[in-house]
Amino acid sequence: MSDTIYYQDTIPGGCHWSMVLNRGLTLRLVDAEGGANVGMLLYNPANLLERYNAPDTLKCQHTFKLTRGHCLYSDMGRVFCSIIEDTAGWHDTVCGNTSKKIVADRWGERSYQQYRNDWQLNGYDSFLVEVAKYGLGKKDLAANLNLFSKVCVDDKGALCFDAAAARAGSFIDLRFEMDTLVVFHTCPHPLNPSVHYPRMPVTFQIRASAVVADNDMCKNYCPENQRGFKNTELYNLGRLQPAGG
Amino acid sequence: MIKESKLQSAQAVYREVVAAGDYYMRPMQRGQTIRILDLEGNQAADTLFYNTHDPGERYSAMDTIRAQGNVYLTAGTVLLSNAGNPMLQIVADTCGRHDTLGGACATESNTVRYALEKRCMHACRDSWLLAVTENEQFGMSKRDITHNINFFMNVPVTPDGGLTFADGISGAGKYVELTARMDVIVLISNCPQLNNPCNAYNPTPIEVLIWD
Repeated sequence: MSDTIYYQDTIPGGCHWSMVLNRGLTLRLVDAEGGANVGMLLYNPANLLERYNAPDTLKCQHTFKLTRGHCLYSDMGRVFCSIIEDTAGWHDTVCGNTSKKIVADRWGERSYQQYRNDWQLNGYDSFLVEVAKYGLGKKDLAANLNLFSKVCVDDKGALCFDAAAARAGSFIDLRFEMDTLVVFHTCPHPLNPSVHYPRMPVTFQIRASAVVADNDMCKNYCPENQRGFKNTELYNLGRLQPAGG
Repeated sequence: MIKESKLQSAQAVYREVVAAGDYYMRPMQRGQTIRILDLEGNQAADTLFYNTHDPGERYSAMDTIRAQGNVYLTAGTVLLSNAGNPMLQIVADTCGRHDTLGGACATESNTVRYALEKRCMHACRDSWLLAVTENEQFGMSKRDITHNINFFMNVPVTPDGGLTFADGISGAGKYVELTARMDVIVLISNCPQLNNPCNAYNPTPIEVLIWD
């Protein structure tokens, strides 16, 4: 990955945004103060029906947690992006979002008139607003990522949110293997037990990726990822514009 | 949790055997109870539910497992929609545990999981895409093919964050029963997967029974 940062910004906690990141770019997300959560969904901008698929991502790599070495798969058997670095160690993709009701029940209601942009947005509505910018709606929301949030499962299947896991300065690098629409919010994880609405900022940086080598760690994490990369190569091949054509 | 049903097959108002690799798509009314019966054993039934009056409201695996604080589905589980509303409740279960993390098979994910050469093998998503296309009255499309339940499938999560596809814990004659808490459309793919033990490498029929 290049040392040059093309672009850097910080998204405050409890907000939402979206951007297209093309193949060849790496997105670094940094938990600026500790305790952050990034809800994220991924779509193919050339065919919005192709989207991040949490079940395929988990079963193709025989994992419940996501961390370094894992790839984030679309429902079409392709790799949107690879987790090439991760100092957090565990990211959730099964617990979904806060809703208006969850936020109100846990942290109280805040009117816009009184609190303006310090009101307490929820993850579900944040996604709805963001995907609507691309003509999508509630049918298009899938199981999302919750980056920086660790939720483990005991031998009976019970979920446990680990509030101590998200440390200040932790970061994750997502290397994009195909052009991708990235939709995200910084609303709290729905299992966060914090007494007050956690409003934790996230810094993002965009860099150029290094060329993906044959011995690349994510590509070779498991035989499934080698095949996922092959599918993605075929897709990118189909989008090439031949020289002289 | 194992809980047996008191309902008698003879009193069912509707019965349909769903062949291996086929789909079932039919509405049921609030208050009715549906049984999905594993006729020959070790058969996965990949299932989705929609609000009949607004199919944009549908079964949500995330909301369901988060609300009950547990990743496995069994008797007592209330299936929640993406709007947080109760859709159905599991009222009987002789299998004891069902998966909702593993999703369905698709031709594309088969290429990743098994081999690129597997791309033309029949898969659950193909059954669902045919179902929503053949049943235009429901107004659904690929956007409605979402994160499902795998009845009769066993996908244990380990405390260190692993995920395994274990041999099924179902058997011939095992069933799960759900009572609808709203009018719902039931969409089942009777899984055609030949590449892993979810169907014991031998897809077989299931039966759907409905009681008022």
